[in-house]
Amino acid sequence: MKILPPVSIEARRLVPSRWDVLAAILVLGFIVLFADASRALVQPLSSLSNAPLSLDPWNLPGYALRTALRMLIALGVSLVFTLTYATWAAKSQRAGSLLVPLLDILQSVPILGFISVTVVFFLSLAPGRIFGAELAAVFAIFTSQAWNMAFSFYQSLRTVPDEMIEAGRMFGLNGWARFWRIEVPFGLPSLIWNMMMSMSGGWFFVVAAEAISVGPTTIVLPGIGSYIASAIKQQNLGAIAWAIGAMLVVILVYDQLLFRPLVAWADKFRIDNDDSEEYPESWVLDIIRRSDLMDRLAAPFHTFMSWTYKLTAPARGRAGILRDAVPSRAGDAVWWVFLAALAVFALWHIWLMLGGTLTWTDIGSAAGLGAITMMRVIILIALASVIWTPIGVYVGLRPHLAHIIQPVAQFLAAFPANLVFPVAVFVIVRYDLNPDIALSPLMVLGTQWYILFNVIAGASAIPRELRDAGTNLQVKGLLWWRKIALPGVFPYYVTGAITASGGSWNAAIVAEVASWGSHTVRAHGLGTYIADATQAGDFHRIVLGIATMSFYVVVVNRLFWRPLYWFAERRYRLT
Amino acid sequence: MADELLLEVHDVRRSFPKPGGGQLLVLDGVELALKQGEIVGLLGRSGSGKSTFLRLIAGLAQPQGGSLSYLGQPIDGPPGGIAMVFQSFALFPWLTVLENVQLGLEALHIPASEIRTRALAAIDLIGLDGYENAYPRELSGGMRQRVGFARAMVVHPNILLLDEPFSALDVLTAENLRTDLLELWGEGRLPIKGMILVTHNIEEAVLMCDRVCLFSTNPGRIAGEIKIDIPRPRDRTDQRFENYVDQIYTEMTARARSARAERGTGLATLMNHVSSNLISGLIEAVAAPPYNGKADLPDIASDLQMEIDELFPVAEALQLMRLGELEGGDIKLTHMGKRFADAELNERKEIFSRALMSQVPLAALIRRVLDERTSHTAPRRRFIDELEDHMTEDAAEETLRTVVSWARFGELFSYDDESEMFSLENPT
Repeated sequence: MKILPPVSIEARRLVPSRWDVLAAILVLGFIVLFADASRALVQPLSSLSNAPLSLDPWNLPGYALRTALRMLIALGVSLVFTLTYATWAAKSQRAGSLLVPLLDILQSVPILGFISVTVVFFLSLAPGRIFGAELAAVFAIFTSQAWNMAFSFYQSLRTVPDEMIEAGRMFGLNGWARFWRIEVPFGLPSLIWNMMMSMSGGWFFVVAAEAISVGPTTIVLPGIGSYIASAIKQQNLGAIAWAIGAMLVVILVYDQLLFRPLVAWADKFRIDNDDSEEYPESWVLDIIRRSDLMDRLAAPFHTFMSWTYKLTAPARGRAGILRDAVPSRAGDAVWWVFLAALAVFALWHIWLMLGGTLTWTDIGSAAGLGAITMMRVIILIALASVIWTPIGVYVGLRPHLAHIIQPVAQFLAAFPANLVFPVAVFVIVRYDLNPDIALSPLMVLGTQWYILFNVIAGASAIPRELRDAGTNLQVKGLLWWRKIALPGVFPYYVTGAITASGGSWNAAIVAEVASWGSHTVRAHGLGTYIADATQAGDFHRIVLGIATMSFYVVVVNRLFWRPLYWFAERRYRLT
Repeated sequence: MADELLLEVHDVRRSFPKPGGGQLLVLDGVELALKQGEIVGLLGRSGSGKSTFLRLIAGLAQPQGGSLSYLGQPIDGPPGGIAMVFQSFALFPWLTVLENVQLGLEALHIPASEIRTRALAAIDLIGLDGYENAYPRELSGGMRQRVGFARAMVVHPNILLLDEPFSALDVLTAENLRTDLLELWGEGRLPIKGMILVTHNIEEAVLMCDRVCLFSTNPGRIAGEIKIDIPRPRDRTDQRFENYVDQIYTEMTARARSARAERGTGLATLMNHVSSNLISGLIEAVAAPPYNGKADLPDIASDLQMEIDELFPVAEALQLMRLGELEGGDIKLTHMGKRFADAELNERKEIFSRALMSQVPLAALIRRVLDERTSHTAPRRRFIDELEDHMTEDAAEETLRTVVSWARFGELFSYDDESEMFSLENPT
């Protein structure tokens, strides 16, 4: 199973289409609307900080549980979003041509940017109570998971083998039954895999979302993230160590109790019959399978679903026939008018909010800072590649080693690197290092592992016989690296590097400004710009910062990663 | 009642929209009737529209013209009494054998207990006893297709549609499954009244069918019908069996010749991919004793240990390039073909390249365009667009791929897949 690259990588066209432009306008309009609403609401809601958090480690299990629950709820919401949004995009050509570019833009919006503009809005939904803040945190995690999952499911829906669908129709399964009995099972393995990957990213943002200030509004939700925030304020290294420990435990428990059983269970939905990959195993799943508990719990659900399949007539007669899709002109016209109105509305709001206040100087400075952050991302991804590619190849070619290292690397990718930031700041302050350089590695702290474990996977996938042929021809040293190892892992490396690069942009907002007690260390960059604007509650600059960052991400994806990805797939993919 | 008509197809036409606009006709004026107790074969080359036709019968697609009726009722959706067995099995990997078989009954609103009994009976009938709880991935190809059969038969359809059900299986397994199926059919134990078998395998058609309809290509239509009048069980070594195989061969090669005369001009010729190695190999085999330049196709096929329908496209390629001639089920080398057989590698390339220039319009066109342009290069799009005016996207792909591979052997021009450019330059 491989990580899915972002939508803009999959897109075959280099030049943005009118749909891409429309999608960008709509997303920007959506952000502006939220920001506008937040600006109006910011004053009456000042300071929602409730009972101060205690740094007593005994409170940690409770906090950890609340953090874990937030993740679970967000996961559920993402799942519902995936099943509806992706299905709509795949089934309706009309909707799909907008919904897919929309996903692309949404994917490029920095997740912490979503938090900045929506927090105040969510608070206003339940003024004075903690519920609004919970909503905001859940929404933040949702934005870190949903896009990937939806795109993966969309891809699956488009690749269900024709004969399977035909068999389903042949036996009279109606559309609803085909969806649950054929399409969803078919998409499950890749969906669950992407869910797991998104979850890794989610930890990073839950920690950031639990303690955040937007202008005068400060949110402190009980959880590991806010525990850390307090520890940083009080310069309590011991508490941070406790928090790191708690986080490790939560991630392990999640992995063992939720994801490992899910992945092992979903293995039966895999359609390819190759036995080369090992069957994933899970002791939890074994226990569940051996007891009849699950069967009994699932039975009413099964009965209910079978009942829904029969609600509509089976797909006999006209309903079951596949006609050549003839889009109706009237429908097209209505759809177009609707979209045009939406775009005008979005543009109008964008103009209202940004038109009068933002000058070219503002835009220029945001773009300049974006360039600095881009330099940082490029240099660090390059450095991480130079370090981890050879190590990954070395490990990947030794199965027993790969067995140990692979899960560790995946685990490290899930570990929210922002927990380590305070420690780094402590070091920077103490030794008086240059923040522009010294803060940079923090951006790839959590994301570099994608490169490592993808390269490991790539190296272990190089066929035994190819390696033997190399040995047989006495290919050694530099030649071996150039002609065998590097080309062999290249497609895997590219996917890993794309994921790492996207993650690093996201991390910039947290990683370019870091504080330890009263010390604050800041590097120049777009991340700092957005973080500062959030702190100050300056919604004009928040929106400008987010838009600039999305722009950079999309452009880098299209102009650099996309050609590289397809080149790697065509030339170096061993099938 | 024995002559009751299960299915009647009249003047059916089906076309697909072409990428560049316009319609591509895939089926034209197809007529067919299926009587009770009959197995009818649809025999034709791949891409002749047989599978499309089968999907019309199954109600999975609609024709643009003509009519299909099942038991007197027009087919306007998947009718309950028609079930299909797929080439790729189309089993659901997440369901066990039993669950796969039950699926067809669940949509019929049958009580759960009856579903189980009937599914188990079908599994038993088709020889899958003991495999009920296995997942498809644990089964061999032959066992998987048995599940496909059981799943189709459990609904007790009147008509069973078989879409090349044995072609994904190895020779031995396929034969085993065919024999079992025919045995059950002969004993009247199958809960079905008639079958339609789509195949490109001539012997399979003769072994299984009461009637064989020959499908011609581009657009697909039924070009002839042969009644197979041999009592069952049939024996492949029986002289009558061999005569039928020969007869069908002769008809198909004759048709290939006339079809070539009809559509052979210009770019419209669809070319199936045949490697130049196979072409050289066949020429050598025909030239060598005992054939000495002329061979009976089924004979040489068994000599070369090939299925005859594997050999057929190779023989057609020879005919296309005028290196050989097909006549009455025989292949005969032309003067050029004989010269090719005697030649060294470089001379062979020379002959091959000249044959391409004179007999394959597409190859000649590409070469001419390359010669005319000062850069001596041309993009792939230039030719694929032109091809797609005459054939489906897939057929155009394959035709171009075939010409590229032949041109490489003949060193007529070269092609870089990376840049998708044709050029005259060979790496020196």
